[in-house]
Amino acid sequence: MEADVLKKVPVREQDAKVRATNFEEVCLGYDKEEAMCEATRCINCKNAQCIKGCPVAINIPGFIEKVKEGDIAAAYQIISESSALPAVCGRVCPQESQCEGKCIRGIKGEPVSIGKLERFVADWARENGVKPEGASEKKGKKVAVIGSGPAGLTCAGDLAKMGYEVTIFEALHEPGGVLVYGIPEFRLPKQDVVAKEIENVKSLGVKIETNVVVGKSVTIDELMEDEGFDAVFIGSGAGLPKFMGIPGEQALGVFSANEYLTRSNLMKAFDETSNTPIMRGKKVAVVGGGNVAMDAARTALRLGAEVHIVYRRSEEELPARVEEVHHAKEEGIIFDLLTNPTEILADENGWVSGMKCVRMELGEPDASGRRRPVVIEGSEFLMEVDTVIMSLGTSPNPLISSTTKGLEVNKYKCIVAEEDFGATTKEGVYAGGDAVTGAATVILAMGAGKAAAKGIDEYLSK
Amino acid sequence: MYRIIKAEELAANIYLMDVEAPRVAKSCQPGQFVIVRMDAEGERIPLTICDYDGEKGTVTIVFQVVGAATEMMRSLKAGDSFQDFVGPLGCPSEFVNEDMQALKEKKILFVAGGLGTAPVYPQVKWLHERGIDADVIVGAKTKDLLIMEEEMKAVAGNLYVTTDDGSYGRSGMVTKVIEDLIESEGKSYDVCVAIGPMIMMKFVCLTTKKYELPTVVSMNPIMVDGTGMCGACRLTVDGEVKFACVDGPEFDGHKVDFDQAMKRQQMYKTKEGRDYLKAKEGDTHHGGCGNCG
Repeated sequence: MEADVLKKVPVREQDAKVRATNFEEVCLGYDKEEAMCEATRCINCKNAQCIKGCPVAINIPGFIEKVKEGDIAAAYQIISESSALPAVCGRVCPQESQCEGKCIRGIKGEPVSIGKLERFVADWARENGVKPEGASEKKGKKVAVIGSGPAGLTCAGDLAKMGYEVTIFEALHEPGGVLVYGIPEFRLPKQDVVAKEIENVKSLGVKIETNVVVGKSVTIDELMEDEGFDAVFIGSGAGLPKFMGIPGEQALGVFSANEYLTRSNLMKAFDETSNTPIMRGKKVAVVGGGNVAMDAARTALRLGAEVHIVYRRSEEELPARVEEVHHAKEEGIIFDLLTNPTEILADENGWVSGMKCVRMELGEPDASGRRRPVVIEGSEFLMEVDTVIMSLGTSPNPLISSTTKGLEVNKYKCIVAEEDFGATTKEGVYAGGDAVTGAATVILAMGAGKAAAKGIDEYLSK
Repeated sequence: MYRIIKAEELAANIYLMDVEAPRVAKSCQPGQFVIVRMDAEGERIPLTICDYDGEKGTVTIVFQVVGAATEMMRSLKAGDSFQDFVGPLGCPSEFVNEDMQALKEKKILFVAGGLGTAPVYPQVKWLHERGIDADVIVGAKTKDLLIMEEEMKAVAGNLYVTTDDGSYGRSGMVTKVIEDLIESEGKSYDVCVAIGPMIMMKFVCLTTKKYELPTVVSMNPIMVDGTGMCGACRLTVDGEVKFACVDGPEFDGHKVDFDQAMKRQQMYKTKEGRDYLKAKEGDTHHGGCGNCG
C-alpha cells in the first residue's frame, strides 16, 4: 500500500451502530502494514516540533523511523525511554493539540497519525512479549508513590529505571487510578491494555500495595519516619466530584459521573453478572461537556438509554476532544447545547422525573476567554428524564493535605508544587498530576510524574 | 489478602469477625469504618468497626445479613480471607480530639440500636480506658437479637438494655428509655451519641431535641469507594451537601435531613433485595420481591 501525503492512513473502527450496543473497543488500530505505510509520511524533521508538543518528550521521529524500517521492538524501546504507558497514551492523549498539532505535515493536509502509531507499537510489543528495560544498578534508596494513576505510574516507572526502590500506595483495590475507574472499557480496555502496562511498570521492580488510603491508613510522615522512605511523590489525583447546587440534586437517580463510571468501569456493573448494581435509565441527561461527560454519556447509551448531553455553551466551547464528540454523535448521543439545568424534579417516591432547564446565549468573553453563557429570559422548559449524571469536573481530595504537616495547598485544595520538578513546601515530598493542577489529562499527569522523578533523583543524589 | 482469625454468629444473622489488617488496626480510632470485598468479583461493602488491636494487627467487624453480598459473607470461616480490606475510613469521633479535662466533665449518653451496638462499643471503650464512664442504652427488637451485652457492661457506666417486645430488660423503644432517664430517673446529659438504623436515629434526634441535648449520629448510606470519590453517600446537613465517607460518618443529628437520607438508602435496595430473594427462593421465586409478577 502507498500513503497519500496529505492524508492519514485511515484507522479501522467498529461500526457506530454495532458499537453503541457493546463495550468492546471503538478504535481497532493499525496493523503492521498500515503502520509502516503511515510511518513513511513522517519527514523526520531535524528540529522536530512534535517532540516539543509532547508533555513527556518522546523521540517521535526516532520511533517512527524504526516503524518505517519494520523494527517495532526498537521503536518500542525508544518510546519506553520516555513513557511508561504508551498503549494508554496512544489511545487517550489529545494528540491533535499536542504532537500532531505541531506536525509540519499538518500545515498542508493531515498531520502524521502519531497517536495511532504509538498505539500500534505498544500493542505489538505487548503481543510479542517485549518489555521495557529496567535499571542495571540499584541506588539503595526508597521512594513512596501515592496513587497508581498516570502520574504515579510514570513517576514510579522512571524512578525504578534509575535504580530506586519504589512502592506505590493505592487507595482502591485495583491499581490504575482514573485509567481503571474513569475511562471506559470501549476507549481503554482494562485487562488487555491497562493491566498489561501496569505489569510492565511492576516488571521494572515497582511494588504496588493496594487498599492503602494515605492520610487514613498511614500518613506521609509515618511513611518517611517509620517506614524508611527517603522521598514521597503525591499523585493522588482529583477525585472529589462537583455538583451544581441546584434544587433536587439529592433525588434518586442523580449521580456524579465519578460514581456512574466507577460502578461501570471499576466494579464492572455494565456486565449483568456483576455484583455491583448500576441504574439502567431509559432517558439520561449528562450535564457537562468534557471528556468525562462523553464517557458517561456513551456508557449510558451502551446500557440502553436515550442520552442527552446538556451543556451551557455552544459546540465550539465543548472541552471534550473533537474525536470523542464525533464518536458520541456517531453513536447517537443527542447534544442539547446552550442549555442549562435549573432544577431536578422528583416523583412522589423521590426518583428523578424531569429536569427544568433554560436556554442560553453567548455574551462577552469571561475570565477564561470563552464567551460567557447568558440565560435567555422566559426560555424555561422541562426535559423529561429519569437519570441525571453530573459531570462538572472534580477537585483534589483533601485527605492527604489535611493530614500532612507542612504541605501547602491553594484555595482550590490543590497541592502547591513548583512547576519544573514538582517540589512541594515539604522537604522530600513532591507532587504532580491532577492533585496539583486540578482535573486535567492523562498525559499532563504523566509529564508531571516524569518531572517529579527527575526532581526526586536530584534531591536524593545530593 | 486479609485473613480471618475468628468468625462467630452473635445472634440470628449477625456475625462477628476478627480480621488481620495491620495497617488498619494501627491507625484505627473510634467512629471510623472499613470497606471490604469478599472476592475479586465482590461489591465494596462498608462495615462497622467494632474493635481493633494495633499490637495484634487485627480489626473486629460486625455485620448483619441484609442482602446478596452479606449472605455470601456469612459463609466465611476462621482461616478464610477477604480479598480487600481498606481503612480506617471517615473521621474519628469528635471527642477523640477534645480536651481531656473538658471531656471528663461531660456526661455522655450513648444510644445503640441493633447492629449499632457494634460501632458504639469502641467509643465507650475508648472513654472507659481514659477513666470516663458513659451511660449506654442498648435497644434490640427482641432478646435473641441483643448483641455484646457483656462486653458493653464491662466498659459502660450504667447500661440500660431495652427490647421492643419486652422479652428482655426494659420494654419499648430506646426513645422511651431516654425520656424515662431524663424525666423520671433524674439523669441529665451534655451530649448524646446515637448509632443504629436511620429511622431510630431520626426518632432519637426528635426526642433529644425536646431536651436540647446535642446529639451526634453516625450515617451509613450507600457508598462505593469510601474516600470521597463517588459522591453516592451525599446527604444534607444544615442545608449543606456533605459526603458521609469523608465529612462524616458522624454528624450533628439535629441538622441531618433524615427523610432525604432514608429515601436515598432505598436506591439500590430494590435491586439488591430482588437478587437476594431470587437467590434464596431459586426456582420457587414467583413474585414477592416487588419486581416480578
